Amino acid sequence: MLFIRLVEEMIAEKYKEQKMRCPVHLSIGQEAAAVGVCNALSKKDRIFSTHRSHSHYLAKNGDLKKMLAEIYGKLSGCCGGRGGSMHLFDKSAGVTASVPLVSSSIALATGSALNSKINNTKEVTISFLGDGSVEEGIFHESLNFASINKLPIIYVCENNLYSVYTHLNERQPLRSFNKLGEAHAVKSITCDGNNVSKVNEITLKLLKECKKNKGPFLLTLNTYRHREHCGPNYDNNIGYRTEKEFKHWKKKDPILVFKKELIRKYKFNEKNFDNLSKSLTKKISIAFKYAEKSKLPNPSLISKYVYA
Amino acid sequence: MPKKKNKTKQRIIPGSEAIREGLIEAAKKDRNVIFQAEGVSDPSSVYGTTKNLEKIFNKKRIIEMPLSENAMTGVAIGASFLGKRPIISLHRVEFALLALEQIINNAAKSHYTSMGQHSVPIVIRLIVGRGWGQGPEHSQSLENLFSMIPGLKVITPTFPADAKGMIISAIEDNNPVVVIEHRWCHYIKGHVPNKYYKSQIKEPIKIKNGKDVTIVANSLNVIECLFVAKILKKYKINIDLFDLRVCRPLELGKIKKSVKKTGKLITVDLGSKILGIGSEIVSEITSSCFNYLKKPPIRIGMPDYPTPSSRGYLKNHYPDKRKIINELSKLFPIIKKNYKSIMIEIDKESKKLPIDVPDPSFKGPF
Repeated sequence: MLFIRLVEEMIAEKYKEQKMRCPVHLSIGQEAAAVGVCNALSKKDRIFSTHRSHSHYLAKNGDLKKMLAEIYGKLSGCCGGRGGSMHLFDKSAGVTASVPLVSSSIALATGSALNSKINNTKEVTISFLGDGSVEEGIFHESLNFASINKLPIIYVCENNLYSVYTHLNERQPLRSFNKLGEAHAVKSITCDGNNVSKVNEITLKLLKECKKNKGPFLLTLNTYRHREHCGPNYDNNIGYRTEKEFKHWKKKDPILVFKKELIRKYKFNEKNFDNLSKSLTKKISIAFKYAEKSKLPNPSLISKYVYA
Repeated sequence: MPKKKNKTKQRIIPGSEAIREGLIEAAKKDRNVIFQAEGVSDPSSVYGTTKNLEKIFNKKRIIEMPLSENAMTGVAIGASFLGKRPIISLHRVEFALLALEQIINNAAKSHYTSMGQHSVPIVIRLIVGRGWGQGPEHSQSLENLFSMIPGLKVITPTFPADAKGMIISAIEDNNPVVVIEHRWCHYIKGHVPNKYYKSQIKEPIKIKNGKDVTIVANSLNVIECLFVAKILKKYKINIDLFDLRVCRPLELGKIKKSVKKTGKLITVDLGSKILGIGSEIVSEITSSCFNYLKKPPIRIGMPDYPTPSSRGYLKNHYPDKRKIINELSKLFPIIKKNYKSIMIEIDKESKKLPIDVPDPSFKGPF
């Protein structure tokens, strides 16, 4: 979690240099969802992500250098600079695809689970989505299909309360997300998405069930994005959410919560935390340097790979 | 198309049966081929084209598709990332409109965006309705819409033997292939080899050799053109007739060669005349063969309004023999001179069937 946080804080910090010239959707504040879920997975399990894909990619051990190079628009990026921040993938790590259109990857993930079902293999697919996704028809279509075919998939809905600047209450009636899953006979659980241990514990349980052909599941994780929808900045000043609400969630920062847990349970202390931060920052800086030094793609490549 | 052999050995089957054979042959060869359709194994089985597949293949490969065209197209794409070769069959072209996001974004672009690391070997079969009151939202072919998109391949099979080979090629292709099948082409009968074979999905095929005018048509319109060619031969007008077959990639090498010979070009679109495939062909040919053109190229296609249900409206609606003759008469004065007798011949042929049915066996409802 700290690793992802430090990567994204460095992206935010360096964004003003105008060398990362693509939209970035930071997950700062939502890391527990990605880490809690992905830490439970094996390499063979697959994840599918969205426009807000950095944390999922990194939590599933996607290559940091390739991610940063992609955001910098470099040929050494995971898509050779063709996708940018919203198309992160690393097949060998099981990050099969991230696509920007809201809900679009839910169906792709469902297809991945169908593949496992047909092949009778035991890997599980995770479909990361957001609270806005459930407003799209494809979410319901996918759950319906996964349900009737008992597919080994967990739909992980990160509810961060906002679609860009619009609060959930302005977009959806008051009802639990669980009810949406249950309407499709998909077993559904909601939990604190900022408590990484809890998320991890629940995911492990659901994975076991999936492997016994008892999937699919809908897991809703309540969380909050600290920064703006798209871009490096805080945006509490523009008027769509209150400072009070922000501060409330800031107290529940997943890293803070986990740090407290570590201190309480494992004799972890601030010094350990600082040392960890320093060593991670070193590693991250090297990756940034790699991305910055990598070459931009040559215009002669633009028409390649239209067809297989 | 495979060459005709000894007549006694010919096996004559309709287009729908040929397509079914293609699907089965390809699925036998590659166990990654899976089938998705609404009513994939129901009594109709997509006009018989997916009939009894569940008796031949493991049931896991035959997927009943909920009425979720968008998600199910995404499901097919997701499965194809991991090696499956899904075939989606939709009863009408218009149902694919619900899946355009998946088709245009994820199917067409994943190979490109991933620098070739993902490929999307899926086949999307779309069936064009016509006649028996199909109406405005059950009769569009929209091949021009899909052909706009780089990354897709778009094919429009006409004859049964070619359709079988094209379907097999589409399934073996590592790109997303949209197959636009005309419901009336399902009724066309022809000799179809009883084996696994491929027909290229790269370029048009010349089906009649002539020196006087180049006509490029696809799908059902090829049949109309064949009839026109037969009549005009009597008047010493020989048509260089092409079955376009493949709308994307649009490979016009053979057409250019032909126009250099004939100096005249007519395109007959299955879909709209305006912004249709014919517009693109005429534009390309005009640019590259301008000095060879003796007359301005002519486009025929669907008019610039929807197709209503009632047969009362439909006389002169579709690009038929009569329309093609009318356009040809602008190029050949001899047609004008003999117009009446030509029209009598056309009437004779046309009266065999009502305007809204494809085959004498057809009794509705769709």
